Amino acid sequence: MSEPDRTPATHDMGGAQRFRCTPVERDEEPPDEFGRRVDALRQLLAQKKLMTVDELRRGIESIPEDEYLALTYYERWLRSITTLMLEKGVVSPEELR
Amino acid sequence: MSAPARPESIAALDRLLEALRTRGVVTDEELAARQASTDSASPETGARMVARAWLDPEYRALLLRDGKAAAEAMGVSMAGAPPLGVLEDTPARHHLVVCTLCSCYPRAVLGYPPHWYKSFAYRARAVREPRAVLAEWGTALPDSVDVRVVDSTADYRWMVLPLRPAGTEGWSEDQLTSIVSRDALVGAALPQAPQGAVGG
Repeated sequence: MSEPDRTPATHDMGGAQRFRCTPVERDEEPPDEFGRRVDALRQLLAQKKLMTVDELRRGIESIPEDEYLALTYYERWLRSITTLMLEKGVVSPEELR
Repeated sequence: MSAPARPESIAALDRLLEALRTRGVVTDEELAARQASTDSASPETGARMVARAWLDPEYRALLLRDGKAAAEAMGVSMAGAPPLGVLEDTPARHHLVVCTLCSCYPRAVLGYPPHWYKSFAYRARAVREPRAVLAEWGTALPDSVDVRVVDSTADYRWMVLPLRPAGTEGWSEDQLTSIVSRDALVGAALPQAPQGAVGG
């Protein structure tokens, strides 16, 4: 048996060294229209029992690291929601092209 | 991460919504209603819960025992929300809330989490160097005060009951509510009585 990989997953950011000495940006703008629409869509799909918060997290946490770090917060949500809706057959890949 | 969404992301959202509408899964009206109700949640609710707890020992006990029940006592619907824990600051202990894995936050009583709460830097640093983060934001805690950092999760959310500042004796619930900022509700700031404030 090989040694388990103890490197934290990308999303497991508590204490991550790479952000030491990085100032926390204080942007006080509320989420933009895109973010608020994605947020509302997630809630609505949860209300309709088409996805759960845990599924949203699994989708976000499966995004490859370079994209995870490059996408904005609600872009990660949209990526996850889209993946889930495709996986569940709620929408088809053709409809999203 | 408060950079604007890329045009291709906005287009991807439009395509997904169009497909969901065509399939009859969601309607524009439902989305607009959901968005409006989310927009209406505000940290003033959490601030009022704190102010009431400062004034009313029974409410304080309820808040510390069962945050969800205390929110519902303010008329906030907490149906389907995870439990809400309330962390009581003391002269010897300060609490700071973070969600290291993402952005869990008691939205029903605090509104949307601010950008900084969701930022990689805050998620990483709040647990390793909370005093430094607080100091950068103007809150220098003396060494005599312990800092306890608490991780909010998808299954359990946290808010802070800060110390009532000196100089607020005799204040009304409205006055007290006005000095409890959104940031104070997660321990990222302290309520401050305005200099020279006179009780009403």
